[in-house]
Amino acid sequence: MTEQVLRVQSFEKSFGGLRAIEALDFTVAAGQIKSFIGPNGAGKTTLFNLVTGILPPTAGTFEFAGRTLNGLKPHAIARLGISRTFQNLELFGNMTALENVMLGRHSRTAAGIFSAGLRLPGMRREERQIKEKALEELRFMGLENKAMMGATSLPLGEQKLLEIARALATQPKLLLLDEPAAGLNMRETVKLSETILRIRERGITVMLVEHDMSLVMEISDEVLVLNYGRKIAEGRPKEIQRHPDVIAAYLGEETQNA
Amino acid sequence: MRKSDYYPILLMALAVILFPLLGGGNGYFISLLVFMGINGIISMGLSLLMGYAGQISLGHAAFYGIGAYSSGILTTKYSFHPVGAFFIGILFSALIAFLVGKPTLRLKGHYMAVATLGFGEILFIFFNELSPLTGGPSGLSGIPPLTFFGHLLEGTAYLYLVWGFVIFLLLFSLNVINSRVGRALRAVHGSELAANAMGVDASRYKVQVFVLSAIYASMAGSLYAHFVTFISPSSFSLMFSILLLMMVVVGGTETIWGALLGATVLTLLPEYLRGLEDFEVLAYGAILMGVLLFMPRGILQGIRGLLGKRGEVGVPSP
Repeated sequence: MTEQVLRVQSFEKSFGGLRAIEALDFTVAAGQIKSFIGPNGAGKTTLFNLVTGILPPTAGTFEFAGRTLNGLKPHAIARLGISRTFQNLELFGNMTALENVMLGRHSRTAAGIFSAGLRLPGMRREERQIKEKALEELRFMGLENKAMMGATSLPLGEQKLLEIARALATQPKLLLLDEPAAGLNMRETVKLSETILRIRERGITVMLVEHDMSLVMEISDEVLVLNYGRKIAEGRPKEIQRHPDVIAAYLGEETQNA
Repeated sequence: MRKSDYYPILLMALAVILFPLLGGGNGYFISLLVFMGINGIISMGLSLLMGYAGQISLGHAAFYGIGAYSSGILTTKYSFHPVGAFFIGILFSALIAFLVGKPTLRLKGHYMAVATLGFGEILFIFFNELSPLTGGPSGLSGIPPLTFFGHLLEGTAYLYLVWGFVIFLLLFSLNVINSRVGRALRAVHGSELAANAMGVDASRYKVQVFVLSAIYASMAGSLYAHFVTFISPSSFSLMFSILLLMMVVVGGTETIWGALLGATVLTLLPEYLRGLEDFEVLAYGAILMGVLLFMPRGILQGIRGLLGKRGEVGVPSP
């Protein structure tokens, strides 16, 4: 029995009368790549926003490494080791690529305003470490020669990778990737799938929301299918591809188009 | 501090050292430069608050007043050493800023502006009504000038003291901007959503910057009190809070340098417009409107634009 990193129980989220997530239970095992698929509006991004504390659940509980996350603010959840990227890029446009990744080290460092203002030795040492670690993550994503560029002046594909680098800099145990392949070309998507596998090799558990089915089926250990906020199937990629409800709700369209 | 800040700082330090020597110790110019430095100190703090925490304070004249009255009252009535009084003023300002900032900076929107407006007015009433301590509307006189090992600090010596503070606090501010804390604040500006998800507790850093800016104002107040040796409530009114905001806006909120430039311009402007007599206020208003119309990002960015130095778009150097 592998260790469960994330345990979500009877999760529910309503916006006014609309139920975005309903009676959702699942667990994510350590070291897994678990994908969440479903038609637009199925509640995938809402689920990510719930897990990262950006939205509070209407009902239900969620636990991370045995610790309940209910009521915690996003910054506290990040500190515990959950990081994410965003479907619509949320880079800091007023900062360089390097500074974006350096910001990711925030919760793993401590310098306060006075030691910063006086540039005390401890703060300077910490700042060097932040920079080294950030450069390491940029290198990991193959962006080291873009370090000094304005984050939002990079091409879309690199902005997506930069967001992953920033998320990795927080030293997450669990990384949530929200449609990382959207807007990427074929070559970039292939590179992305390799990158996600390399992230797992580092011992980081990955939750993935993605519309690119070949990417999902290729790298996922498990797939959970959402439709109108409900789980309609969960299992290995092979099982999901054959699942009649899934084909009806979602994959049916895809195979016709293909 | 970045490398690009080295030369301007050196240049400024040199100007501060040389200017009084060239001016031949003319008292009027010296006092003008001292006020420029005092206003510069407060506007640097405000610029951190506005440019990096995205908040407006309408109560900084009150923090300035706390510094001035702490120094004035403690040295005249309780024979404190000026240095002790200086630090008590700082502690008092920091505590009040924390108490005002903590609840209001959790909220989005300009609650902070309203809270500081109210707080500024309350302090203004205290300065006026606590006559036994503050001397009431007629002011507090007899504040001792500063001495340094028996030497009276006046004229050029005081100028060096004030501008020593300016340069130290400028370096301090630039260091903060280029640190973990500064990055966190800039990140909140860039995307509060992402900053939170990356572990930044935005309200905590906003409070820290507000406290820091109150400390700057308090320091300026103490320096002011020992320079003029007489203080009265009218120097710490809402009008002065607004003037301080104007300095930051006119200079440009994007950089600390803008705040210093704004403080310089708005300290000098009334002096040069004095010759216009009745039209002074009119000309003053027209110039401010002109600046904001034609240089909406402040004089500093306006000049950079004229020189063709646009800077990298989206990555303003702090």
